[in-house]
Amino acid sequence: MPALAPRNRPWQYQAVPRWVYVVAAAGALFVLVPLVGMVAKVNWGKFIPLITSPSSLDALLLSLKTASASTALCIIFGVPLALVLARAQFPGQRILRALILLPLVVPPVVGGLALLYTFGREGLVGRSLTVLGIDIAFSTTAVVMAQAFVALPFLVLSLEGTLRTAGQKYEAVAATLGARPSTVLRRITVPLVLPGLLSGAVLSFARSLGEFGATLTFAGSLQGVTRTLPLEIYLQRETDPDAAVALSFLLIAVAVVVVALTYRAPQQPARVPEPTEAAAP
Amino acid sequence: MTRIFRKPAAAAALLLTVSLAACSGGAAGTGTTAAPGSTPGLSGTLTVFAAASLKSTFTDLATIFEKDNPRAKVALSFDGSSTLVSQITQGAPADVFASADQANMAKLSDARLVEGTPAIFATNILTMVVPPDNPAHIKTFADLARPGVKVVVCAAQVPCGAAAKTDEAAAGVVVKPVSEELNVTSVLGKVTSGEADAGLVYVTDAATAGDKVKAIPLKLARPTVNKYPIAAVATSQKQALAKAFLTLVTGPAGRKVLRDAGFGTP
Repeated sequence: MPALAPRNRPWQYQAVPRWVYVVAAAGALFVLVPLVGMVAKVNWGKFIPLITSPSSLDALLLSLKTASASTALCIIFGVPLALVLARAQFPGQRILRALILLPLVVPPVVGGLALLYTFGREGLVGRSLTVLGIDIAFSTTAVVMAQAFVALPFLVLSLEGTLRTAGQKYEAVAATLGARPSTVLRRITVPLVLPGLLSGAVLSFARSLGEFGATLTFAGSLQGVTRTLPLEIYLQRETDPDAAVALSFLLIAVAVVVVALTYRAPQQPARVPEPTEAAAP
Repeated sequence: MTRIFRKPAAAAALLLTVSLAACSGGAAGTGTTAAPGSTPGLSGTLTVFAAASLKSTFTDLATIFEKDNPRAKVALSFDGSSTLVSQITQGAPADVFASADQANMAKLSDARLVEGTPAIFATNILTMVVPPDNPAHIKTFADLARPGVKVVVCAAQVPCGAAAKTDEAAAGVVVKPVSEELNVTSVLGKVTSGEADAGLVYVTDAATAGDKVKAIPLKLARPTVNKYPIAAVATSQKQALAKAFLTLVTGPAGRKVLRDAGFGTP
């Protein structure tokens, strides 16, 4: 069981120049004020009927379902990727890292197009899948793929950072005591970086929940099948701005709850209790 | 801007100032406002907000307008009509608004932001589009109701979706779409990429797509006709310039450009 960092540290240099607080406050307000502006627009009298309409509920359920599935995919593929990037050394590693992180900087619509031209009916891979009778486009699977595509880098980035900060001391010790690599991974590495993995997974979930562009381009939009909450919000905005605002508030609330429950400050890998050098920086 | 800033802070500050200036009002710094009435040449920058489906025609019309009025400039902004309406009601500096449907123009009228009465300057009807090789062998509107045919339409909340619903009802065709897209461009995209077997889009969209799609007319006795209204925005300080642009769009030159693109004209 990994212990949390001690609350009462002996003494730590913490002075932050005063002007930094000013700029930080401006930055925080820049993010918070628009949220307040939106909350002020919510029509509370109609809030419950608006968010419990069949189309809204379908969209919310679909969003939670697909974001969970995409987070699972991100963990399955992201953990090995982060391990390889942080621990292994091979030619082309830097290029691989840059390419894996590409979905972070590419507009989601471009990601959606890339998926379409790969897994679509006429796509590179999709053509063979169609022959096998597998059709991905316009299905919930396509939504999950679009979300995983944009969310994977968040998990890889977060976990790779944690792996590097955690170091390999304990792993090396375990190996000298005769543990096989898989045992080291299971008993030492994964427990050690669990907080990083968790925050990475939360980030991936949040990103999946908000996914819009890639889903729209790759999966389409049909109630209960591919129309997730962000797509429903965009559509409602056309005719019923009140409903769009209510759903936006719902989406933000879900995201806040998920993040608050699970996300901890980054860069704090759990330390295995270690009496001899517990307070060492 | 080509100058390279050594200090990022200076660059950021400038960027912030520029973007704030661009957001607020917009009237400042866009040249002299045309004096009303008898000035021989109109001048200044006219900001036109137009529906996305008007992109190519209004780009051409802006060029013609600038040629006719050498001291005037036209700044164009294209987006979904409802997006543009919410931008204008939130204070975006538009002088002219051209909508893809009357409902959105009505929203602007309700906000008392329309000068005078909007003029209908173009009409549009729906058509079927299929990939060039027509994989599902679509021939008639009724073919869209066949099981297994992947049809993509607009969602009923957007004008092209509302029109599709009405046309389906009129023809007695029950289409079960695989996707109800948020705008007509997405419908077209799903067909050009070969993802869908057929889609319902405006005839002008089909014309824009060229040989990437094959258009098959719906052949309805009374198709739903989508009407495009245009009007000057009431808060605009450039009514003379706006009026001149409206005259161009609704006049013979405007009609020619619009007809060439596949629009109907009133």
